[in-house]
Amino acid sequence: MHASTTQDGAAGRLVTIDAVMQQVAEHKGCGTQGGSGKASCGSAAGQGDLPTEIWEKVKNHPCYSEEAHHHYARMHVAVAPACNIQCNYCNRKYDCANESRPGVVSERLTPEQAARKVLAVASTIPQMTVLGIAGPGDPLANPAKTFKTFELISQTAPDIKLCLSTNGLALPDHVDTIARYNVDHVTITINMVDPEVGAKIYPWVYWNHKRYTGVEAARLLTERQLRGLEMLTERGILCKVNSVMIPGVNDRHLVEVNRAVKSRGAFLHNIMPLISAPEHGTVFGLTGQRGPTAQELKALQDDCEGEMNMMRHCRQCRADAVGLLGEDRSAEFTTEKIMEMEVDYDLEGRQAYQARVEEERVAKVAAKQEELATLAGARSDITLLVAVATKGSGLINEHFGHAKEFQVYELSTAGAKFVGHRRVDLYCQGGFGDEDSLQTVIRAINDCHAVFVAKIGGCPKADLLGAGIEPVDQYAHEFIEKSAIAWFKGYLGKVAAGELVHSPRGDAAIRQGALIVAA
Amino acid sequence: MAYKIIASQCTSCSACEAECPNVAISEKGGTFVINPKKCTECIGYFDVPQCVAVCPVDNTCVIDTTYPRYQAAG
Ligand code: SF4
Ligand code: SF4
Ligand code: SF4
Repeated sequence: MHASTTQDGAAGRLVTIDAVMQQVAEHKGCGTQGGSGKASCGSAAGQGDLPTEIWEKVKNHPCYSEEAHHHYARMHVAVAPACNIQCNYCNRKYDCANESRPGVVSERLTPEQAARKVLAVASTIPQMTVLGIAGPGDPLANPAKTFKTFELISQTAPDIKLCLSTNGLALPDHVDTIARYNVDHVTITINMVDPEVGAKIYPWVYWNHKRYTGVEAARLLTERQLRGLEMLTERGILCKVNSVMIPGVNDRHLVEVNRAVKSRGAFLHNIMPLISAPEHGTVFGLTGQRGPTAQELKALQDDCEGEMNMMRHCRQCRADAVGLLGEDRSAEFTTEKIMEMEVDYDLEGRQAYQARVEEERVAKVAAKQEELATLAGARSDITLLVAVATKGSGLINEHFGHAKEFQVYELSTAGAKFVGHRRVDLYCQGGFGDEDSLQTVIRAINDCHAVFVAKIGGCPKADLLGAGIEPVDQYAHEFIEKSAIAWFKGYLGKVAAGELVHSPRGDAAIRQGALIVAA
Repeated sequence: MAYKIIASQCTSCSACEAECPNVAISEKGGTFVINPKKCTECIGYFDVPQCVAVCPVDNTCVIDTTYPRYQAAG
């Protein structure tokens, strides 16, 4: 995971590992999800193949632009506890699995507390540009609280973008309000467009004062989701679609979902793996429904990619997450703390900071283009994956032992493409030498040929080599893509010279269980 | 009779509170409770008790047999 970029990452981390573990033991939540997305890196600092008007809206949005998530931060406020449907991958004792990291229950806030928290965070973290409401239930099943929060924030912090995530059931009723509050991004979780499939995912929905079950419930849900999507895109509001990949239930069907949502104007499709274990207490956890492997997930994302932009960097943030994607600084901003904080909302300072970030991004893309040019003309069928330890800004700037996740890039003579991330929380809890957690890391990146780090100790280095993964630390603090391409060039050279035989690697495991970043 | 909420099962999601036509439900001590004097079992409003229909935990909003059956006025 990225640690904070503004200050030293270690400073301000207030929660001890013990406290986090304790919390996790108390709240065994339902599934969290891993990554998905288009490596939207092409011309102008990452526009890729997105139309310009959409790029303008998303370029600073960490959840929507893979590129931006290195530089900008988002936060979620948990003001919406109620829900109007039941999902088999959700245990409602905990946060919504659609957009949150179950396992740690969000602190529930009133709209007034939420607005204050947003100001406190935005004043502390100038790259915080996005506020989302995603739960812990469904924001549109709590319309009064959700829209009150938006109203308060748009008055005090007008530069912050507003977004919300919904299961879509109530969406058609609220499209006009969403437009009125200038919400520019809406995420709808759509797991099916066929009610027969839906009946296996949703036991019931509550609509119009009645509980519907089975195929009837799923039909109602899909009709309202798709209508809501159409209504939003007609009004020019950006829509992303999230889907949870459930092997044997909707995995192949998601290609159809992809077509259906694309034709209705969704600009991004984010396919996330089901994460399921009996201790989550979800229906799928209890029936033994498994989640996909890293390879299955990537294959499906690749299949859908021809159709539209995929989003591979989603980390299913908790409903009260704060920070860059993949980090969570929410412990610094508990209700108690924000009530005591002096808040000074410095709009100009924030804008100046963001202008600097823009320069950084342009420099990063230029560096990549330059390196890519040196690869021009090289021909090889080899594609391979590499893992990168980073804490943001597009740099290889994290120690192997401190990484809570690795970003995975696919390398070929076409360049370096971001294809996902792997969570490996808390490998280093105080020096190296914890054999089991090192094995966990190796399993999580087992499909990679190399791992790029800022620094790595001798022991893990030897173990990685033993597992056939090359630890690479010579590009410490350099740009990720540029370095990966340079390394790949060397790799191809060695293969050509016969020094090295290229062989494919196996599959990797998707970490089960809740993310517990805070340390 | 009125409905009651089994506190140990309530997730405090608040979904029932907003749906009750009689504003009989409120938060108390971290979970939600039904005021039996206000609850009409949704008679006169809806075909099914709304708290039962919306609650994510089955068998959490249940009939409280210690109260007499609600009689619609007239
Ligand atoms: S929409 Fe979210 S909160 Fe509601 S049941 Fe589904 S996963 Fe849970
Ligand atoms: S049964 Fe109806 S009136 Fe009684 S508490 Fe539930 S929702 Fe309210
Ligand atoms: S809907 Fe059920 S779980 Fe939610 S607050 Fe009401 S009784 Fe509790």
